Amino acid sequence: MAEMEIREEAVESIYQRLKREADSGGYHLNPDIDFTKDLIRGLLTNEARYGYWSCPCRIASGGKDEDLDIICPCDYRDPDLTDFGACYCALYVSRAIARGEKVAQSIPERRPPPEKRKPQKEAEHSANAPESATELPYPVWRCKVCGYLCARDDPPEVCPICKVPKERFERFM
Amino acid sequence: MSVKEHIKHVSGSKKRNVTLYTLSTCGWCKKTKSMLNDMKMEYDYVDVDLLQGDDKEEALGEVRKWNPACSFPTMVIDDNRCIVGFKEDEIKRLA
Repeated sequence: MAEMEIREEAVESIYQRLKREADSGGYHLNPDIDFTKDLIRGLLTNEARYGYWSCPCRIASGGKDEDLDIICPCDYRDPDLTDFGACYCALYVSRAIARGEKVAQSIPERRPPPEKRKPQKEAEHSANAPESATELPYPVWRCKVCGYLCARDDPPEVCPICKVPKERFERFM
Repeated sequence: MSVKEHIKHVSGSKKRNVTLYTLSTCGWCKKTKSMLNDMKMEYDYVDVDLLQGDDKEEALGEVRKWNPACSFPTMVIDDNRCIVGFKEDEIKRLA
């Protein structure tokens, strides 16, 4: 597979942007800057390969629909931060790790294996938008990454909290 | 082609047969490789994300056999057990 060259200026500017966004949104980047920048190189490599920021520590299918849940920030980041103090690749960490009070570790994979992912997706669709939702003046949309909820006809273009695009929202009510 | 033809060999002291399945972009995979290098262990590895088509499927099938979650790094030891993830203490015990 031919690899595109990753420019150091690009890595640095993305690092600065992610750090700014994390700091202002209540998240923390891994304080090991070399490790973190290496993950950013992985994200840029995956962008060149697949066209999106697939998690550098997971195998991408190359199909965006199939990989949507592992596009950074992934659907599993926040529960992993709660349970383990770091997301799967450890780009994002808890405050304790960011302050150097604890060290980020390799954590178990929370993403369901492929054979369980499809049925779950279908179940989600049928479970969403229950009957009572029809009584609400607006549908309620939930960001699958950070849990942000909003009641409006359509989800926002970009999540105002975690900045993921519209396609990462699900109908909640 | 088959996965075997993509496997890279790192020489060192050989106490066990170690085959490491990794992703070229993964931080934990890199830490695992560099720890084995520091320990001067002999091992084989393949970056599964750099494979394509049947070779990739074959490698994923092999990983799944040892680690149904199919996560990386997966280290197969002596063809009878595996270490999933960067587990420093477990890797240390291989020396």
